[in-house]
Amino acid sequence: MSDNEYIPKSKVGKWFNDRLPLLTLANHLTDYPTPKNLNYWWTFGGILTFCLITQIITGLTLAMHYIAHADMAFESVEHIMRDVNYGWLIRYIHANGASMFFLAVYIHIFRSLFYGSYKSPREIIWIIGIIIYLLMMAAAFMGYVLPWGQMSFWGATVITNLFSAIPLVGEGIVTWLWGGYSVDNPTLTRFFTLHYLIPFLILGLVVLHIWALHVPGNNNPVGIDIKKPSKDTVPFHPYIVIKDGFALLMFMIVFAFFVFYSPNILGHADNYIEANPMVTPAHIVPEWYLLPFYAILRSVPDKLLGVIAMLSAILILAVLPWLDTSKIRSAVFRPLYKQFYWILVADVLILGYMGAMPAEGLYLLIARVATAYYFLHFLVVLPLLGFKEKTLPVPLSITEPVLGGMANLATAKQNESIDKIK
Amino acid sequence: MKSFLKIFSILIFLGCSLNFYSSAAEKVEYLKTDWSFKGLFGKFDRGSLQRGYQVYTEVCASCHSMKYLSYRNLAEDGGPEFSVAEAKAIAASFDVTDGPNADGEMFIRPAKLSDKFVMPYENIKAAQAANGGAYPPDMSVLVKARGGGVDYIYSLLQGYEEAPSGITLDDGVYYNKYMYGNNIKMSAPLSDDLIEYGDGTKATVEQMSKDVTTFLMWAAEPHLESRHRMGFKAIVYLIILTILVYFSMKKIWSRVESEV
Repeated sequence: MSDNEYIPKSKVGKWFNDRLPLLTLANHLTDYPTPKNLNYWWTFGGILTFCLITQIITGLTLAMHYIAHADMAFESVEHIMRDVNYGWLIRYIHANGASMFFLAVYIHIFRSLFYGSYKSPREIIWIIGIIIYLLMMAAAFMGYVLPWGQMSFWGATVITNLFSAIPLVGEGIVTWLWGGYSVDNPTLTRFFTLHYLIPFLILGLVVLHIWALHVPGNNNPVGIDIKKPSKDTVPFHPYIVIKDGFALLMFMIVFAFFVFYSPNILGHADNYIEANPMVTPAHIVPEWYLLPFYAILRSVPDKLLGVIAMLSAILILAVLPWLDTSKIRSAVFRPLYKQFYWILVADVLILGYMGAMPAEGLYLLIARVATAYYFLHFLVVLPLLGFKEKTLPVPLSITEPVLGGMANLATAKQNESIDKIK
Repeated sequence: MKSFLKIFSILIFLGCSLNFYSSAAEKVEYLKTDWSFKGLFGKFDRGSLQRGYQVYTEVCASCHSMKYLSYRNLAEDGGPEFSVAEAKAIAASFDVTDGPNADGEMFIRPAKLSDKFVMPYENIKAAQAANGGAYPPDMSVLVKARGGGVDYIYSLLQGYEEAPSGITLDDGVYYNKYMYGNNIKMSAPLSDDLIEYGDGTKATVEQMSKDVTTFLMWAAEPHLESRHRMGFKAIVYLIILTILVYFSMKKIWSRVESEV
């Protein structure tokens, strides 16, 4: 990278930088050549960083007032809502922040799916992203348990019970997770500890995610490799900073509407009833962002296989770079993939809806079809598409227009490889 | 096509559909009334809150606790806003057990502003024993703990009917068309002119339902008014800042041949 040439202007700066090259790093971050054609779907990386930091800051503040004890947790949350200065604001930002975080991460993931950002040479960025996503789900789930309402308690019971599906050692593992023979105070305290820990793990992984991104550089809507720096790139600062900032502000407006005007709409009413091990709620539903996976879990009649299906649904994403055999990244030049992409989006939304409905009758049937299609997309459609699809001509660079027909090098290469396979 | 407008509208669409999805589960048609606390500038109706407190304390409080509220809350901004003297007098009409004193004895004294609302029963078991096994739920966050929120509570209070023919009710069970499963262990708590409002408002069942529900909404969300005030300011601020940043962005990006 060209950063090596950077020499601080001041003597002190040079002295410091020779010993710890923080200024070189800062210079790299501001000058980082970014494709100039990035659209607004690319701003969600910055938005997600904002979400993470917001969750950490509000979370730290809540932790100062929250009491992780089965007899006092619910009351301490009410104490935060009523008597802590702006406690209601901090808690509503934190609770809705989780939903906003997932909204942004789903857009971020589906952007990557559309533009093929997970493909070579960006597989490591993608896999780190999947690990972050898994940790986010763990953190969100444990965070939902902390207020110790009815959904907290019964959600924790249902999810931890999934481990009992493991043959032979399942029951033992569940007891070990609970720290007893049911979800109780030991479960709450360990969930609180882990809920506090995980965001910092995520923070570390985010650093790796960005580091791995800065090696090959950003993918872009055209999905081609570009020279850096060149006419196709702009320095990160000020161009991308201001654009990300603009997008972040729009995101914050939506966020603010939830916090100030519908703060409880995304949560379940039952969570304002204190946990009661003697009363089971009529429907136990997870938060909206976990619903597609909940639907997959319930659509398999066998408990163990259901758990395996649910986990595979997430883990299959980690091997996506190798399941997708197409050399063309962007769906813009893949007419067939584009259609399957939107079918997948619809499929996941349907799964989410079915996850919220009772698992019976037509709902269950639709959930089963949607589950089957989800796996079909990744295991059959994607591998085959790479061989069968006739892609459109890809431009040589962002600034150059598409060259007609076969004059295009990238397309020519692509067709060559298709011919070879045939 | 401005792509940011597209994304922004998608964000709003997603936000609205999340909203919609969350409320879609409610299939029951509840009775409707105008709530003064809804909307961008929603505020509580002070008179309704004070009357609602009267309904709570004269009717509901004989069975339902409100353990997260303190008497001082009654005099705080954004609530019923009784004067401090009135709130003190209200508190003093209840007895609390305090202690131990210097002799190691527990003693009874009148409640102070700093005390929590006195509970009608010592504990849940006592409440169940006195109510045929059913626990009258604590009302501090009741409207947030029910799917239909204020509309549900408002309807439930007016939803008592003769059971339709063919349905037999057990002893101590009543028919309510808004209750989940229609069976409720609370007998109709309100009847016309059950109480006499201090401000001369006619105490119809509908009026009392509305007042007490408003009071319960405040009890569950005591900072609702300041939340609405701050929310409006925050969103206006964000919109102005967004517009300014948009023009800065246009200016900066005009240096390169690319669209933002």
